[in-house]
Amino acid sequence: MMHRDLTILVIDENVIRSSIIEEGLREAGHSKVTVIHEVHGVARIIETLQPDVIVIDIENPNRDMMEHLFQLTRTLSRPIAMFVDRADSAAIEAAMEAGVSAYIVDGLKKERVKPILDVAVSRFNAFSRLRRELADAKSALEERKIVERAKGILMRMRGLSEEEAFALLRQTAMNEKKKLAEIAQSVVTAAGLLMR
Amino acid sequence: MNMIFDAAGQGMPLPGKIASEGARTVRAGFIPLVDSAVLVAATEFGFAHREGITLDLVKDVSWANVRDRLAFRQFDVAHMLSPMPVASMLGLGSNPSATIAPYSLGRGGNAITLSTRLNARMQAEGGLAEPENALECARALERVIRRMKERGEPLPTLAVTYPFSSHNYEFRYWLAAGGIDPDSDVRLVVVPPPLTSDALAAGAIDGFCVGAPWNMVATERGVGCIVATKRDIWPSAPEKVLGMRPQWAETNPETVSRLIVALDAAARWCDQPENHPALAEALADPRYVAAPVDILRRVLAGQFTIDPQGRQRVIKDYFVFHAGHANCPRPSHALWIYSQMIRWGQSAFSSKGAEAAASACRPDLYRRALGGDEIGLTVEAGFIDGHAFDPAKIEDYVASFPVKGRRVTAPQEV
Repeated sequence: MMHRDLTILVIDENVIRSSIIEEGLREAGHSKVTVIHEVHGVARIIETLQPDVIVIDIENPNRDMMEHLFQLTRTLSRPIAMFVDRADSAAIEAAMEAGVSAYIVDGLKKERVKPILDVAVSRFNAFSRLRRELADAKSALEERKIVERAKGILMRMRGLSEEEAFALLRQTAMNEKKKLAEIAQSVVTAAGLLMR
Repeated sequence: MNMIFDAAGQGMPLPGKIASEGARTVRAGFIPLVDSAVLVAATEFGFAHREGITLDLVKDVSWANVRDRLAFRQFDVAHMLSPMPVASMLGLGSNPSATIAPYSLGRGGNAITLSTRLNARMQAEGGLAEPENALECARALERVIRRMKERGEPLPTLAVTYPFSSHNYEFRYWLAAGGIDPDSDVRLVVVPPPLTSDALAAGAIDGFCVGAPWNMVATERGVGCIVATKRDIWPSAPEKVLGMRPQWAETNPETVSRLIVALDAAARWCDQPENHPALAEALADPRYVAAPVDILRRVLAGQFTIDPQGRQRVIKDYFVFHAGHANCPRPSHALWIYSQMIRWGQSAFSSKGAEAAASACRPDLYRRALGGDEIGLTVEAGFIDGHAFDPAKIEDYVASFPVKGRRVTAPQEV
């Protein structure tokens, strides 16, 4: 059975994340996807767009403004309810966990909304993973920089070769059951204190 | 943090084992406002620990999130606006899920701030002689709005924080007391509390009603004047409550009681002026309210800078965390909230609706933990416009107001 294509509005202040979601929804065959990055003027957009589903990130403090809007639209006999089927709480919990919230036009069939929510959830999670990996990569880079500086200090102050300096750091880390970067940081800190 | 025990807490029952319900970690959602103080104090100053409870406070950004995270079990309990459990029991709002309030987190803290521009007009054109008289301020604003209409000027845009909030009902109450229709004489919008003073400075809004410390933040920045406080509008008005799912309360009765005992000791501690420096310090932490400590200290003391000229006003009992049975949830307060929902067209009166609204308050759970006598429905007085609220006559009460919203004709689902 063919359905009318659903109109989806994505509200997300994060430009990268929202483009990841948009792409996911398009891949899933939704062509009527609109993305906005700020809620300013959202009332007019909702009025003209008449979305069936609104996806919004829950870190957005303007959600309360949306609630106010829906209180108003209620009186325009276009009730928008959150989450189609409360009984499917596992799916809703997964959405909350991922940081997605959705508003759905009352009466829309669960089977039609579930895939949209699933795409949003998986894309939100993918984005969080991306952000985590980026943060990890950044801190790995920071650690390497610190180890380099500590090596340089040891080479200068104790006349060691680069290999010897690195071996000393690693041995000390093993003896003290600490991370190499922590030992390197304390060498840098101590040098800063002693050499001024 | 150090453990600080007050003398009054000495007589508390000793913590026993909560074997039946396991070791208790209670996840509590909160919004960074001064009235989250009782939860923060219970966590930071050992009151929860003493009852064998580890309070895990989770900061959130919107009331809609708090409501949903509580509904979907990410939170066990939450810092909530007192109308939220009432709305949930009436099936109002986007995602109504049964919520009860067995404990109130105190009274006070709200205020109404208008832009310095609007305030200047109230004095120049509205004939405002007593800027410290909240009712006079409302009447002066009414005169200014009348002139704005005559001249075809755009009407003021005023912000509240959430459709089911004490701020919404208090702002409307104050406006209407001055003869202003909140639905047609002004434009009411929603702005998240931490953004209110920016929105006022940018001219996006002309005033707002929010909790502490955001009013003081706006006056300190020189962008607004405080024209009324919650105390001016209704001194015994409830503010935030501790919300929870009824099912969670049923499966964890012992934890609920211990939590209430812990919060009650914390609330008593919060009321003591000598503890305010430590409380202000704790609240200022980035994990909690993240506002300047000197503003928090003055907010707790009720020392208000009400305008950019530095005019001071000291409001006695601006914040009441414990005194005068402030923590006992009162069904008559829930019914007052229901009356305002009816007054402004969010709901329609039915006896079933009144029952549902009153069921959001659970003084029985409060008494089970703390003892005390049953308090029946009481007539509430002390309102700014001189009206008295008899919970037995909600329809008459609503009808008695000259200013009220559209009537909801279709009965709401309950």
